[in-house]
Amino acid sequence: MKSCVIVFPASNCDRDAAVALEQATGQKPDMVWHGETSLPNTDFILLPGGFSYGDYLRSGAMAGRSPIMQDVVKKAEDGVPVLGICNGFQVLTETGLLPGALMRNAGLEFVCGMQTLQVVNTQSQFTKGLSDRTYVDFPVAHHDGNYTADEETLNRLEGENRVAFRYVTNPNGSSRNIAGILNEKGNVLGLMPHPERVISPVLGGEDGAAFFATALKEFG
Amino acid sequence: MKARVHITLRPSILDPQGNAIEGALAGLGFEGVSGVRQGKVIELELADTDEAAARSKVEDMCKKLLANPVMENYEIELVG
Repeated sequence: MKSCVIVFPASNCDRDAAVALEQATGQKPDMVWHGETSLPNTDFILLPGGFSYGDYLRSGAMAGRSPIMQDVVKKAEDGVPVLGICNGFQVLTETGLLPGALMRNAGLEFVCGMQTLQVVNTQSQFTKGLSDRTYVDFPVAHHDGNYTADEETLNRLEGENRVAFRYVTNPNGSSRNIAGILNEKGNVLGLMPHPERVISPVLGGEDGAAFFATALKEFG
Repeated sequence: MKARVHITLRPSILDPQGNAIEGALAGLGFEGVSGVRQGKVIELELADTDEAAARSKVEDMCKKLLANPVMENYEIELVG
């Protein structure tokens, strides 16, 4: 299975993501610079965490208009799985691949630490492999993770079982404790917490390893 | 021609930064202040001389990049 990680200026979780993907697939992912205009042949696209373009204008706004994103949007529409983590989630909302926006944390502080998440959707290809678990522990590290959308959108996300993960204790003011959402087709997941940071006991947890292994197997 | 774009959070969107500013103003002893909202201003120099064309160009910029319609409203001001 061929995967790739998009690298923006000031991405800072790209190499962690690459390690997680290699651990799950046995193959090194392609690292694709944001200035490229087309993706290599790929079965899985990851938009990593970080502070692309220094969060100028709005988090993810500039990266969302990067040259490579046109092809990412096209591939997503063709059904290629796309996972956006943290800043990657912000980029996905800025491109319109996912609804809503990630606003400044309600407490105004950068939040950093382990969060217990409820696995809400256990049917999507991203989360099916976690169906035997009610909760997973992934860390968060963000300033703009306050998921915001209008009531109609929130109701639709819940009605269509597109809330993938919820915080058990809301760290940032997110509407309805949302930590991760899926697109309509279920091939795009945006996730504020960082599964790639818990892929080994030496990192403080292995729930992320389980997430990557089962999701990539589903898509493989 | 110069354009100035005022970007503000939509009224339905909570503005924690505005709330913090309001709290700080109260702390400084300014009484009777409410409804503080923080936004941003973007200034642009345009080669266009036609006002209508300039306005529609900036409108397009707002939709494509300068504002996020999920959470923000914008107002365009053309100056000279």
